[in-house]
Amino acid sequence: MLLNIFNTIPIQYYIMVSAVLFSIGVMGVLFRRNAIIIFMSIELMLNAVNLLLVAFSSYHNDASGQVFVFFVMAVAAAEVAVGLAILVTIFRNVHSVDIDELKNLKW
Amino acid sequence: MSLTLILFLFLSFAAVFCGLMTVFSRNPIHSVLYLIGCFFAIAGHYLLLNAQFLAVVHIIVYAGAIMVLFLFTIMLMNLNEETEQHKPALARMGAVISAGLLMFVLLAIFKKVDDMAVPGFQNSTLGTIENLGKVLMNEYLFPFEFASVLLLTAMIGAVLLAKKDSPKTVNQ
Repeated sequence: MLLNIFNTIPIQYYIMVSAVLFSIGVMGVLFRRNAIIIFMSIELMLNAVNLLLVAFSSYHNDASGQVFVFFVMAVAAAEVAVGLAILVTIFRNVHSVDIDELKNLKW
Repeated sequence: MSLTLILFLFLSFAAVFCGLMTVFSRNPIHSVLYLIGCFFAIAGHYLLLNAQFLAVVHIIVYAGAIMVLFLFTIMLMNLNEETEQHKPALARMGAVISAGLLMFVLLAIFKKVDDMAVPGFQNSTLGTIENLGKVLMNEYLFPFEFASVLLLTAMIGAVLLAKKDSPKTVNQ
């Protein structure tokens, strides 16, 4: 069964959902002190963009957008692996993942 | 209201609610679980948009791999207690206000968007493995190979970073 999405839902709805999700991600980055939650907020922002890419790809009947989402997923996986390794190293040295305590570079 | 619209609204509200709870819940483990819920809602959106293969890959990669990695890290650091420090109230209020302003600006920009999408004829085979594989292997072969190099580099880097220092390095 194929739901007829293109005539019932205009693409503006998808743009709005993506904008709201992206803003929630930005709020998470600004709001929390836990570095892991900040990472998760970044994932949320990436997913908002992915959702919009897939929406435009489907509405324009062009598979390139979905292929691009694959690359975003690959980059996100690499980013999470390296980022969490850095966080583990930081935790081993500082015994905390609180970003307000990581101010050795601050003048 | 048609079934499609009801599904869309349900998935959208689920995604936004889970995203908000990710940011606001005090326990990091709860945050991870809510984020998994958000990812499932987004996968539902992909199904709604006829991107079947992408929905499956999204669940496998995000909910299956990335979030498990997060969960392992949180448990490794023993962060599952609610003793976390929070930012001062002024900074939190500033964060909420600035994110709200960003959302306002984004929505105001895209409100004026006319029908950019041409709802032409609808292709239900757009998101199948066959179609995506053809596009990936023909037009995007070079970036595809580079993605593998990127993943290899990330793997080596993560192992190197997370490895314990050898005693020789510590003594220096």
